[in-house]
Amino acid sequence: MIPANGFVLAGVGFSYGTTPALVDLDIALKPGKFYGIVGPNGCGKTTFLDLLTGCKNPGQGSVSFMDRPVADYRRRDLARLVALVPQDFAIDFAFTVQEAVLMGRHPHIGRFASPAAEDWRQVEAAMSAIGISHFKDRFVNELSGGEKQRVVVARALAQDTQYLLFDEATSSLDVQYTMQIFNVTRNLVREEGRTVIAVIHNLNLAAAYCDEIIFMQGGKVAASGPTDTVLEATMIQKVFGVESRVAFDDFSNTQQISFRYWS
Amino acid sequence: MTRSGYRIWLLSLSLAAATLGSIIYATGMGHIVVPGGDIVRVIAARITANPALLGGMDPVFPFVVFEVRLPRILTATLVGGGLAMSGVIYQGILLNPLADPYTLGVSSGAAFGAALALLANLSMMGHFSVPMFAFVGAALTLLVVLYLSSFNGQISANTLILSGVIVGAILAAGISFLKYLADEQVAVIIFWLMGSFASRTWLDVGVVAGAVLCGLVLSLYYARDLNILSLGNRSADTLGVESTRVRWLLLLGASLVTAVCVSVSGIIGFIGLIVPHLMRFLVGPDNRKLLPVSILAGALLLLVADTVTRAVLPVEVPIGVLTALIGGPFFCVIFRKRQRRAA
Repeated sequence: MIPANGFVLAGVGFSYGTTPALVDLDIALKPGKFYGIVGPNGCGKTTFLDLLTGCKNPGQGSVSFMDRPVADYRRRDLARLVALVPQDFAIDFAFTVQEAVLMGRHPHIGRFASPAAEDWRQVEAAMSAIGISHFKDRFVNELSGGEKQRVVVARALAQDTQYLLFDEATSSLDVQYTMQIFNVTRNLVREEGRTVIAVIHNLNLAAAYCDEIIFMQGGKVAASGPTDTVLEATMIQKVFGVESRVAFDDFSNTQQISFRYWS
Repeated sequence: MTRSGYRIWLLSLSLAAATLGSIIYATGMGHIVVPGGDIVRVIAARITANPALLGGMDPVFPFVVFEVRLPRILTATLVGGGLAMSGVIYQGILLNPLADPYTLGVSSGAAFGAALALLANLSMMGHFSVPMFAFVGAALTLLVVLYLSSFNGQISANTLILSGVIVGAILAAGISFLKYLADEQVAVIIFWLMGSFASRTWLDVGVVAGAVLCGLVLSLYYARDLNILSLGNRSADTLGVESTRVRWLLLLGASLVTAVCVSVSGIIGFIGLIVPHLMRFLVGPDNRKLLPVSILAGALLLLVADTVTRAVLPVEVPIGVLTALIGGPFFCVIFRKRQRRAA
């Protein structure tokens, strides 16, 4: 049974000191969809995710999740429902890949309990879905940036939550692993009815994978709605200030964007 | 490198056994040599309150063992464990394997307090005035550093380190000024700063034991949370750790243990840095294993160092100088080896 309401933001504002980051945000994110958040650097995308995870509390307005204010959840309870792949994933300690992925099970394991069979099964499944099982005994601090990022994605999958939040989760990955991760998460949405909310810089990826797109600009929602209707050249021009053409592409079997790189 | 539970238990047990053995052995060492059997008899006589066990022994032994050596030895052992434990916690919270219990300037605060007490020749609390001032200095410094680095109830690793360095630098200047004012008394201040376990009492043992025990319970309770904290704020929050609360609690706990340790022993460097480091090579970064093993190793190391300066060297070298002189180069060797292996 999936509740009708996912995240609901009403009149939300947030400032860093006196610098406003988000202004008067009203938006509802429904369960069972793949959301893409796009927008220029510094437009408040990460802050937006921070409000959803409760890492930050809104200055004005309210953020609720499943009809309850996010701030009312105990972190542990929220962590069983919402997982995040953050942008920064540096780690200076020599945990093995397997230990790092097992940390995704933290909210499911009692304080002094050992991981149960189910926990290990989730860890194995997540590692094999992301294709990192073969280096599960290597140390995370000795991995390349891309490998680390895949470990963090596997950790979020092992967390086994209905909601997955990605903050630029594939920024360090080549096209092969990027597609692998997007395909895995898309299947979670299609087949298991989970919800993905992903900050994405690559507009063509957003076009290919997202059910709905949220354009953000200057701390506000510039436009949001189904990908087919929202993703338009005029909107891209307005938000990013670049010329483009959006057209259906036979080969990729989806809408794709071409840019005018120079003139 | 394997990290099986078996290996951890073996390491913990051998460290615990080595520490206990060293306590007994070290108690026998010194100007008056006391045989091991007699030490055990003195302790047993005390515990069982049965003076008959002391029969046929040199009458000075019970006093030497129980009133002079054991308090000192146990204080050194507990301080070693406490500093190593604080080191593990600081390194985890500050996301930095090179942090140590003094990173936040706690030692400078303690040193300033102690220097003030020594300079003003304060003795209203007798034997305890210097430790009390040291503790108050450390605690006040901690509060200032936490105040400087917290914003909206949140504290970040970088601002903590920065605030610690700034406050530490100010206090260092203050200490220099006190030394300058101290004139011929300066030697007392310098000697205190370099650390010593000489003439510790059972009260010192009790105070440090209490602090270390509280710290141990707290840190083991939050050991897995501390692992997760090393992933950074956002990850910890979204993995279900109340990261702000856990960070505050552990930071306060570790700092208070450090403050108590510094106030009874002066400033003893390198234990809190080196021991967690070495143990991390052996058991990995999991704090549930790292904490107990580091505490035991720190206890053993400082006990051995104190015994060397007390009973082996012809002159008593300040313990803080000894740990830095031995620990520093040792650390360099380990550090180089690691670099070469990683390269």
